[in-house]
Amino acid sequence: MSLSLILFFLLATLAVIGAVSLILQRHPIHSALSLIVVMVALAGLYLLLGAEFVAAVQIIVYGGAIMVLFVFVIMLLNAAAEERTDISKIANSGLILPLVAVLTAFLGVTIARGTEFMQAAARAPGQGLVLADTRALSHMLFTDFVYPFELTSFLILVAILGAVVLAQRENQ
Amino acid sequence: MSALSAFYQANAFLILAVVKIALLMFIVLTVNAYLTWFERKVVAHMQSRWGPHRVGPHGLLQPLADGAKFLLKEDPTPAGVDKFVYYLAPLLALALALTSIAIIPFGPDKLNVFGHETSLGIVDLNIGILALFAITALGVYGVALAGWASNSKYPLLGGLRSSAQMISYELALTLSVVGVILMAGTFNLREIIESQYNARWGILGWNIFPQILGFLCFYIAAVAETNRVPFDLPEAESELVAGFHTEYASFKFAMFFIAEYTSMITVSALCSIMFFGGWLSPFPASWTFTQFLPSLILIPFGLWVIWDGIRYETIFGKVILPGLGTVIAGLGVLFILFPAVNHFVQGPFWLLSKIFVFLFVYVWMRGTLPRFRYDQLMAFGWKLLLPVAIVNVILTATAILVRSPH
Repeated sequence: MSLSLILFFLLATLAVIGAVSLILQRHPIHSALSLIVVMVALAGLYLLLGAEFVAAVQIIVYGGAIMVLFVFVIMLLNAAAEERTDISKIANSGLILPLVAVLTAFLGVTIARGTEFMQAAARAPGQGLVLADTRALSHMLFTDFVYPFELTSFLILVAILGAVVLAQRENQ
Repeated sequence: MSALSAFYQANAFLILAVVKIALLMFIVLTVNAYLTWFERKVVAHMQSRWGPHRVGPHGLLQPLADGAKFLLKEDPTPAGVDKFVYYLAPLLALALALTSIAIIPFGPDKLNVFGHETSLGIVDLNIGILALFAITALGVYGVALAGWASNSKYPLLGGLRSSAQMISYELALTLSVVGVILMAGTFNLREIIESQYNARWGILGWNIFPQILGFLCFYIAAVAETNRVPFDLPEAESELVAGFHTEYASFKFAMFFIAEYTSMITVSALCSIMFFGGWLSPFPASWTFTQFLPSLILIPFGLWVIWDGIRYETIFGKVILPGLGTVIAGLGVLFILFPAVNHFVQGPFWLLSKIFVFLFVYVWMRGTLPRFRYDQLMAFGWKLLLPVAIVNVILTATAILVRSPH
């Protein structure tokens, strides 16, 4: 087994454990910590794929900024451990098993098709997805995908303005 | 013996990495210890006091005494803490602070160790500066979680302040170096240094001149990120007892302490690398006589240490200080005698000198400036630093666009 495969399984296990723990933990801070573990493990996986820029951004933006905000809000509200309630209605209605089966099948098909696509892309010389290089990535972002990219920034700006408006209303 | 050498040849990369990590850890921890001594001494002299002077000559053994005290003190765990997070927080703070130093390159030349070349520095990453920011971004969890897990009012306030401060200043911190990255065209710290090389004018090639705005933003934001005066609100003694580490004692407290001083070193190194030419000499390349500067500083300093040591009546002063002085002066003589060695130490000498200057500025600020008020801190970060950093990015990008050939 090669080192990268071992690392992949380590990081993947870590990500899955973090994700499961995120749901199972009763205290919001512990859940937030689990989510940070997931983010960092994902960044490790990106690094294994050779996408170092995406990995660094994953940690800076998601692991750092966004999760710090989460932790900040949880601390500010001083949220306590949640209480266990009965299992949800959807889970009780007997629909849960078919639902899980459908979701798993959907995921499986998506992954299989994605793998096929990636392999085909890797086989075609010169046409492969070369995202590893930061220069190539930024070039793509500002030429081929410039409209979606700018549109996303616009969307985020609208969200920020919305937050400001909501915060202002209480003062008046 | 041949089996040993064969083993070395096969695993040289791993062995060298482990040795370098151990060596760097040792050096950084020792420097940390003496940085506390340096800080106390300098601040004391700024305030017309003596500072530590009882333990050893000039108080030089004070860090050892402090270290022993940290190890031997009782280590109580307060009731009602979240055990896991309470123990995780100092570990996280220290581990992340020490990791960030691994990315700093300390010299231009490679060192040949038994037939294997190795660079000065643990790793040479293509995304060096981004990786550093990623580690700093995670660093705040140590402080924030310590504040939360202590289950106590003052630490919680300290942790809250810390995360708010972090969110506010991280934007300015990252934006302020965009100008440097645009000019160098790379994230690699080594290449950023090399892009500042100017054979004819030396110092004029450094980024500090075109990027003076970026530097000011970067340094202020970096001081805020390391929670140092005047941005030390997370541990403001006069308001929050000791802030986020109020409930920590003994070595867990020491871990926070070491983490803070290590990040001071990292920030100083980053400042030197990004804006002050890293290991580049400030003199023009034609001034070859400047390569004797390390010896010129080391020999008089060593002689002074010998002279100072023999005036003491204690064993430590009489024996160890002159010994230390002889070693320092001997190093200076060695550099003169062996030009190859002298050439090799030029890079590290300049980088370490610059780091030392920035560390002094840290201490200087602590001895000079009062603490910010919380609203001032927020207004300063959002209304001044961030716009200035953005303006700097626009100016730099425009200048590059205008000067590009097409």
